[in-house]
Amino acid sequence: MTARIVAPVVMGIVMLALWEAVVRVAVIPPYVLPGPLLVARTLIDDWGMLAPALVVTLTITLQALAAAVVVGVLLAVLFSLSRWIELSLFPYAIILQVTPIVAIAPLIIAWANDVDLSLLICAWLVAFFPILSNTVLGLRSVDRNLLALFDLYGAGRWKTLIHLRLPAALPYFLGGLRISGGLALIGAVVAEFVAGTGGSASGLAYRILEAGYQLRIPRMFAALVLISAAGIAIYLVLSLLSYLLLRRWHESAMSGEG
Amino acid sequence: MPVVSVRSVSKVFANGVQALADVSLDIEPGEFLSVLGPSGCGKSTLLRIVAGLAPPSAGTIEWPAGKTDIGFVFQEPTLMPWATALANVALPLGLGGMGRREREARAAEALAHVGLAGFERVYPRELSGGMKMRVSIARALVTAPRLLLMDEPFAALDEITRHRLNADLLALWQKTGVTVVFITHSVFESVFLSQRIAVMAARPGRIVSDLAIDAPYPRTESFRTSPDYAAHCRLVSARLGEAMAA
Ligand SMILES: Nc1ncnc2c1ncn2[C@@H]1O[C@H](COP(=O)(O)OP(=O)(O)O)[C@@H](O)[C@H]1O
Ligand SMILES: [Mg+2]
Repeated sequence: MTARIVAPVVMGIVMLALWEAVVRVAVIPPYVLPGPLLVARTLIDDWGMLAPALVVTLTITLQALAAAVVVGVLLAVLFSLSRWIELSLFPYAIILQVTPIVAIAPLIIAWANDVDLSLLICAWLVAFFPILSNTVLGLRSVDRNLLALFDLYGAGRWKTLIHLRLPAALPYFLGGLRISGGLALIGAVVAEFVAGTGGSASGLAYRILEAGYQLRIPRMFAALVLISAAGIAIYLVLSLLSYLLLRRWHESAMSGEG
Repeated sequence: MPVVSVRSVSKVFANGVQALADVSLDIEPGEFLSVLGPSGCGKSTLLRIVAGLAPPSAGTIEWPAGKTDIGFVFQEPTLMPWATALANVALPLGLGGMGRREREARAAEALAHVGLAGFERVYPRELSGGMKMRVSIARALVTAPRLLLMDEPFAALDEITRHRLNADLLALWQKTGVTVVFITHSVFESVFLSQRIAVMAARPGRIVSDLAIDAPYPRTESFRTSPDYAAHCRLVSARLGEAMAA
């Protein structure tokens, strides 16, 4: 357990020190490659501009993730209740999934006529498929004998869904959610890049573009650091959620011998 | 009057496999009946049809005194991993619409009957194979069914655990008066437990003999080593051998 934390932390410190050393020894100018200390400094100096951008990006990400959860789970339940709905809709969900978001973002931005909304739609599009497909798989991966048992006691579809299919699907859903959290962030950033402008307020992607035009490379790195940190934070929070919900019963949340 | 009558039941699966051919069997109230046969001979199929979990292709299942509650025990414990032992046992009552307080009281009582008092809040993964099977039996008995159907419930357990559960099952049977249909592929287990053994043969599945085991109850561990037990086992083995050769 401690090794799992200590090893990557030591590794990270060594890499950062190496990076700083290379930048100093080779006298690389900051507009080519800023050292980590300069990036940290910029992060602090520009916090007044970067923090609101982080909030904008995170807001879009979380809204998109929430929408992905609602739509993904509802569709999955619908699919599990009706084979016909599944057969007719699932191929389209796959088409949405395999179409690169950069390719359809301009269309969405043109149609939605509102930058905030189109960013949200783009992030949602990327995020919702893992939740849908994982939840569908989970709803179907129910022990056949448990289904027979519910049948024997006269539980209808509704009770079987609530008391059997949904709990059985929970670990699968949470697996999908963890993937979708990262994807929602990527979707939000990519869409803002394509839009080339923030909506009512600018997000981190726009700050990166802007810093690029102005050759403020340290600020670009600072914004990048924030995006990575946000991605890691989302992953950790979702992992914690998953652990808390599953630790009593699911193998994935077992620690060692248990 | 039998609890349930199997009348000329046949079963052909969609893939063309004939699992059962013209099976008839009367199950008498309060009896302990074993269905013994090699694996793949259609025992599970027969039990599922009696439970109403699958339709017969031909023939009927009749309930002369009206359809009764059924308890079903599978070969695997078949517990919900996300629910405590108590919640698992209370499930049939909850699905029947009973209030929380009463169903938990009854479930706790059923757990105590199978020797698991104190394990109410434990999750299935924390239980041994034998204990899981006890929870499964408690769940089957919690509705006080008149008929208990068991599909090779102890086949996956080690021998020591199996013997203990055999003894406890007999005690439960004598205490509750429930009718038991017990499926097994073990001659020894069927002779130890049953008043009556229906021997099945495969391809297609059919009942080839119906034997009474008239040793008295309670049957204790000393019965396992008695000449009487050995004689019954020899007879049943011979019938099973004929069934498999046929
Ligand atoms: N759902 C099914 N579809 C097709 N064949 C089946 C199905 N269930 C069982 N069978 C076949 O029916 C036969 C009897 O199976 P089963 O009743 O499970 O036997 P047993 O319980 O005695 O081992 C086997 O040959 C098995 O392969
Ligand atoms: Mg079987």
